[in-house]
Formats: sequence, structure tokens, C-alpha cells
Amino acid sequence: MLNNKSSAPKSISSFEFAIEAIIRVLGFSTIGFVLLIFLFLLKEGVPFFYKTDLINIFGTRWYPTFDLFGTLPLILGSVAITVVAVIMALPMGVATAVFIREIAPGWVREILKPMIETLAGIPSVVIGFFGMTVIAPMVRETLGVATGLTIFTGAVTLAYMALPTMISVAEDALDTVPKNYRDAALAMGATKWQTIRHVVLPAARSGISMAVMLGMGRAIGETMTVMMVTGNAARMPLGLDALFKPIRTMTATIAAEMGEVAGGSIHYHALFGIGIVLFVLTFFINLAAARAIFQKRRKGGLR
Amino acid sequence: MEKIVVNHLNFYYGDHIALADTSMSIAEHRVTALIGPSGCGKSTFLRCLNRMNDTIRNTRAEGEILLDGVNIYAPGSDVVTLRQRVGMVFQRPNPFPQSIFNNVSFGPRMLGLAKGSALDDMVEQSLRGAALWDKVKDKLHQDALHLSLGQQQRLCIARAIAVKPEVILMDEPCSALDPIATGHVEELIESLQEHYTIVIVTHSMHQAARVSNFTGFFWLGKLVEFDATEKIFSRPGQKQTEDYITGRAG
Repeated sequence: MLNNKSSAPKSISSFEFAIEAIIRVLGFSTIGFVLLIFLFLLKEGVPFFYKTDLINIFGTRWYPTFDLFGTLPLILGSVAITVVAVIMALPMGVATAVFIREIAPGWVREILKPMIETLAGIPSVVIGFFGMTVIAPMVRETLGVATGLTIFTGAVTLAYMALPTMISVAEDALDTVPKNYRDAALAMGATKWQTIRHVVLPAARSGISMAVMLGMGRAIGETMTVMMVTGNAARMPLGLDALFKPIRTMTATIAAEMGEVAGGSIHYHALFGIGIVLFVLTFFINLAAARAIFQKRRKGGLR
Repeated sequence: MEKIVVNHLNFYYGDHIALADTSMSIAEHRVTALIGPSGCGKSTFLRCLNRMNDTIRNTRAEGEILLDGVNIYAPGSDVVTLRQRVGMVFQRPNPFPQSIFNNVSFGPRMLGLAKGSALDDMVEQSLRGAALWDKVKDKLHQDALHLSLGQQQRLCIARAIAVKPEVILMDEPCSALDPIATGHVEELIESLQEHYTIVIVTHSMHQAARVSNFTGFFWLGKLVEFDATEKIFSRPGQKQTEDYITGRAG
């Protein structure tokens, strides 16, 4: 009996210890995997930058079969499509957030919010399919261009994909604006719209810029939809008319070419090199978003 | 002269009646204080005077409130114009997280009252009116949230008078302030009554006695007594009022 009593707590504590150890290992392994992926990316990608001339790397022509690895059209392609997508999504996202938070009656809000969250769950390939079969023909016919697979088409689908994130983050930002700011403006005889425009939106500015950053991060990393609707021609997107011409993004290039590339070739390293560029870009976008969050917290502390 | 006449006002939050059959006349260019324990309906009453209660869902008012003889609750009456005429200062200072200048110029800009140098003059006048000009004239473009709470509250008063209202409602304007800042605001109220009709809700009976000409005592959603301040505090007509101001109840 005595023996039993003293051994029971011991086995419990060793059980606790084992569980804790497993959780700890699992927790650290996530960080480990991210690090390993990054190291792998570096290991496979860095050779591209010293095995190829800088002039070639920053050239405007991407023809791997002729050893031309100009990444500029791909980088600009990704940037152009992301910027256009954000320009389209921003007014819509902010307007929707304002509608949900400031204007819509309670029951409309209760319906809209889950619907927007559902929107975020639609697989990108489905949106790509929709872009290909509906938006692209529409663009081709209304504008009379050679193909409907353009920057514009891609940006529309990406804007659509970035919207749910932008709306919910912007809505949270509006929600944190204290009611007494609105009261102060209304009590001075400001209309509802004047209150939103000149008090609520400025007060939610940092949160809204965070929404933009997160939407951007979502758009620049998107692969499947852009591959389906942008035509995948590695052209320099110069001039306004490029908006209605095909483009190729970094993500689509990697996805399309990785399957058929010879391991260890320059082309192989080049694709990883693009991966590094993409990684760095998204890193800075996330950093900017984190900065916006930080500023918001600091401002919140002042009140 | 009566600026505001309230006739048989009832106010409901959902099914709960917060104010029952309240009638009162508020004199022009005088300070009227509303006193009573928490939850007695005095703030609700105040917020009826510029229909700020409209911003709370599921509320309802019955009866009439005449501003210069016109019912503000009449169908089709414009709340935006009403609130330009009847301004408000809140319990906690609530300047916008923007510059001092932008705070004061907000109303005039929204209403299109002034632009350019006329707007600058208006801001200066309003800040002088709130006895804050000398403190902030060198930092008009700094964030208003850097001011002390007492200064923030005076900034809110400056912001309210910048739209040239006729009536200023104050909802416990000193409850977040220290005694010195409270003193400044009370002096300000004294000087403001020359140009404005002031209605102030206060927790402090001393404050009511110091600043007001008339006092209304609310108890459980009813206006128990309304009279000249000196009468209320020296010879109250109701036992309940006497108990409250002598500290035996509430």
C-alpha cells in the first residue's frame, strides 16, 4: 500500500513530463520546418545569383530554353497585378466594412459577416475557373482585345480573393474606434457620412492600412488563379495598354516550370531564385503589416 | 425668456421606462443644473434635448420638447440642424485623435461656416472662449491627445462652441477631472452663460449650487422638483429633495 501511494504521484508527474515534452517538440518543430524550408530555398536558389550574369538576371527576357533568365518581367508582372488588384479591392473592401459596421441594421450584419467568411473559403482554382470562363470572355468581347487573359482579368479575380481578408480586418479596425468619437461629431451636427469620412475612417487609418497589407500579401502569393487567367506570357508590363495584355507572375512561373526542369540545372536554380525574391517581397509586406499593428497598439495605449 | 420647454416627456429603452411625464422650462442665458442619483434619468433627459438618444437602438420618446417654440420631436424635424443649435460636451473628454486645430475647426469645416483665415479666426475665438488659447496657441498642430484631461475637456468645449450653438448641454463634464481642472471648467461655465443657454448634469451638489441658476432634482425617472437653485438648496419643497441634498438618501 505504502509503495503504491508513493509511486502514483510519480507516474503522474512523469506522464505530465512526457506530454509537455511532446508538445514542446511539436511546437519547436514548426519553427524548425520553416527554417529548413528557408535554408533549402537559399541553398537551391543562391547558385542562380552567382552562376548567371547580373545583366541576364535583371534582363527583360525570360526564355529558359535559350538560357535567358531575365526575372524583371516576372517581378513586374507580380507587382503590377497585385497593385491593380489592391486598387480595385480597397474602395470596395473599405466601403463594405463601413456598410457592415456603421450603416447596416443588425440583422443584415448577421447575414453579411458569415457570407464574407464563406467567400474566403472558396478554393482558388474555382475562382480561377470562374475568371477563365466568365471574366476573360467578357473582357475580350467588351474591349475587343486579342485575348481575355490579361493583367486586368487576373487583378479582378485577385481582388475578389483579397476582399474577405480586407473586409474583416477593416471592419475590426472600425470596431475599435470608440463610440464617443462618433457621438462628439454627431453632437456637433455632423451628418452620418461626415462622421464616417472625417472622424471614423481617419481614426481607423492604421487598421485599414493593415487590411491593405494583408490583402496584398494574399494577392502576391496567389498562384493557381493567376496561372489560369493571366495568359502566362513573360512580357514587360509597360504602359497602360499592358493592363489588357497577358502577363506572367513569379508564382505562376515556378508552378508551371518546376515540374519539367532538370534537377541542378541553371533553370532549376533560377526558379528557386525567383522563390527567394518572392519570399523577400512577402516578408517586407508582412513586416509593414506588423508595423501597422504595432502603431495601432501604441495609439490604443494613449487613450 | 424660455429657450426650451419640455412637455410631458416619456422616454423608453425598449420596454423599460427611463423618464416618466417630465416637464420643465429652461431659461435662456442661464445655467440649469440637473441633479440626482445614478440611473435617475437625468442624463437620458439631457440627451433628449439634442436627440442624441436617437443613436441608441430600440429607444422611444413621447411628449414634446419645444426649442424656441418648435417641437424637435415633430415628424420631419432635422436632427442635424438641431444638433448644430444644441451642442454637447460629454462626461469623458473625447477630442478626436487629430490636431488641436482640426478638433476645433471640425464643426465649422463640416458645416461650411468658414475657410482659410476666417477659419483660423474662428478657431482662435473658440479657444479663447474656452479659456484655452494662451495654453495651446503655440501648438495648434499637435495631437490633441497630448493635452491634460482638463485641457482636453476645455478643448471639447471650444469645439462645441465653434459651431456657434445656442444651447450647450454638459453631461457631468467634470467627473473625469481633478479639482483644479474642475475649477477652470466651472469658471468657464460662468462666463459662457452670457452667450449660451447651458444645461449641466452633475453628480456634485456643490457644483450645482456653485454654477447654476436653476436646479432640477430627478429621482427614479421622475423630475421631483424644479426651482431656482438657491431655493432648492435652502428651502426645498419636497422631502425627497431635502433628503438627497442633505445626504440622507441617494
